[in-house]
Amino acid sequence: MSSGIDRDVSHWQRAWLYVYAGLVLLFLVVPILIVVPMSFTPSEHLEFPPPALSLRWYQSFFGSTEWMDAAWVSIRAAFFTVLVATPLGTAAAYGLHVAASRWTKILRAALVVPLIVPVIIVAIGLFYVFAKLGLINTMTGLVLAHTVLAIPFVIVTVTAGLRRYEMSQEMVARSLGANRWVAFFTVTLPQIRISVLSGALFAWVTSFDEVVIALFISRGESSTLTRKMFTSLRDQVSPTIAAISTMLIALSILVAAAILIQELSRPQRAGQRA
Amino acid sequence: MTTSVGVAVGAAALASDARGERRRLLLLSSPAMLVVALVIFIPVGWLFWLSFFDQTGATTANYVRLIDNSAYYKIFQTTFLLSAIVTLVTILLGYPLAYLLSQLSRRAALIGLALVLLPFWTSLLVRTYAWLVLLQRNGLVNTALIKLGLIDQPLALVYNFTGAVIGMVHIMLPFLVLPLYASMKSIDPLLPRAAMSLGASPRAAFWTVFAPLTLPGLFAGSLLVFIYCLGFYIVPQVLGGGRVNMVAMKILENATTYFNWGAASALGVVLLVVTLGIFYVIGRFLPAERLSAEPR
Repeated sequence: MSSGIDRDVSHWQRAWLYVYAGLVLLFLVVPILIVVPMSFTPSEHLEFPPPALSLRWYQSFFGSTEWMDAAWVSIRAAFFTVLVATPLGTAAAYGLHVAASRWTKILRAALVVPLIVPVIIVAIGLFYVFAKLGLINTMTGLVLAHTVLAIPFVIVTVTAGLRRYEMSQEMVARSLGANRWVAFFTVTLPQIRISVLSGALFAWVTSFDEVVIALFISRGESSTLTRKMFTSLRDQVSPTIAAISTMLIALSILVAAAILIQELSRPQRAGQRA
Repeated sequence: MTTSVGVAVGAAALASDARGERRRLLLLSSPAMLVVALVIFIPVGWLFWLSFFDQTGATTANYVRLIDNSAYYKIFQTTFLLSAIVTLVTILLGYPLAYLLSQLSRRAALIGLALVLLPFWTSLLVRTYAWLVLLQRNGLVNTALIKLGLIDQPLALVYNFTGAVIGMVHIMLPFLVLPLYASMKSIDPLLPRAAMSLGASPRAAFWTVFAPLTLPGLFAGSLLVFIYCLGFYIVPQVLGGGRVNMVAMKILENATTYFNWGAASALGVVLLVVTLGIFYVIGRFLPAERLSAEPR
């Protein structure tokens, strides 16, 4: 009917694009998923498909005090990082969002710097400074380092949430007698909680995933899980790592699924753009 | 009606003490600033100092050595070449994917995006490990290629430059696809349609209307990929098997093996200056908030 629409490319005409994009998606996903069946092999070598199914390498992980200690260090470090980075980042994001001043731009830029500086530079710098402060091989040092990497993510996600939020609601609360503190916690925070939670999630992943800084400032008993994985990867490719990887992959599938379900269940508003 | 009056009165009352309040609000960012100062600014400043001063006083020896020593020249060359190749491959793979996702229905696009997000949320080490397993001599890729009769001998796909490129592309692809998808979504779909209704072929409409509009996003995204690659350590270290020497590895080696802090910090300063320089260029195309990517 309308000649403009008729000229649109049909799905069939761009089948090649579907095939190409499909292959790229396979490239992204298959390497991750292939590790899962391999982790259940009973043999010393990684085989696909595994000759039989066995939980041998999971037992070797859970039975090893070294691995369990490393996992425990990682969990504690990530937990404390979330606990410190989320309030600090949220406070900074809120302050910078509400107070428009020529300082906000500079402060915001300074707080995003940790994203920009190559992590190797932070790692050797921290090694030097933490050695003087006695923070090497301590949980405090690890949490401090991970917190600084996590803060920008919290700030970015919370700022995005604040932009979608109608700030006049807080003003209404305050004009009705609530002070800023009460207004924030009872009116604003409940409405931006999803952004704060995603910031916290980012903080968790940042800490849990970090290797390079941990390589420098946490050794021996205070090694994190990823640090220990990295050192054992250099020695040998053991199916124990496949088992650990599978558990970490299961975690990230849960995260991706949670995000997807939340997005799909959100009603689409008119004119909304992703 | 009454609400809007209330808002107006409240806003007026707030405006009076706005200035003092604003200062107090900015102070809310001070705990975060303190951590950034302690963990980023002091150590990096310290490195600057170390690169210019030794026990005897001010020196440029650390930088002169970078220029004189051809080994350092080679390392910078490898780093830039590897980063450029990874960026190029990432664009070739990522652009069509982002384009297709931007054209699909919301539901289909979200499923595609979830598949992009899955590796994004998966540990870097897990992915490095996965490629190590897949690409090794008797790994799945070689086995499959031999069974298909495409090759007779297993290819050397890992512990070399190729392995490093494959692993790094896999890590960096979501960093390109996600912002590119966002920038493509913000292009008005009526524009290419208008071009077609005026007689342009779909191909011409894509290349002359749509593609040029994606250039700022593509430029920013690929520069982002490029600078993250410059600082990579873990992936080229494991998948390169010691054959691919990046600046980050040399920094680490100088600091931990030779305890040569002068050399390590001079290399660090050069890497930082190059990185910040490129970020300055990106900043002209994208606001800092959009650079929400994980440093590796």
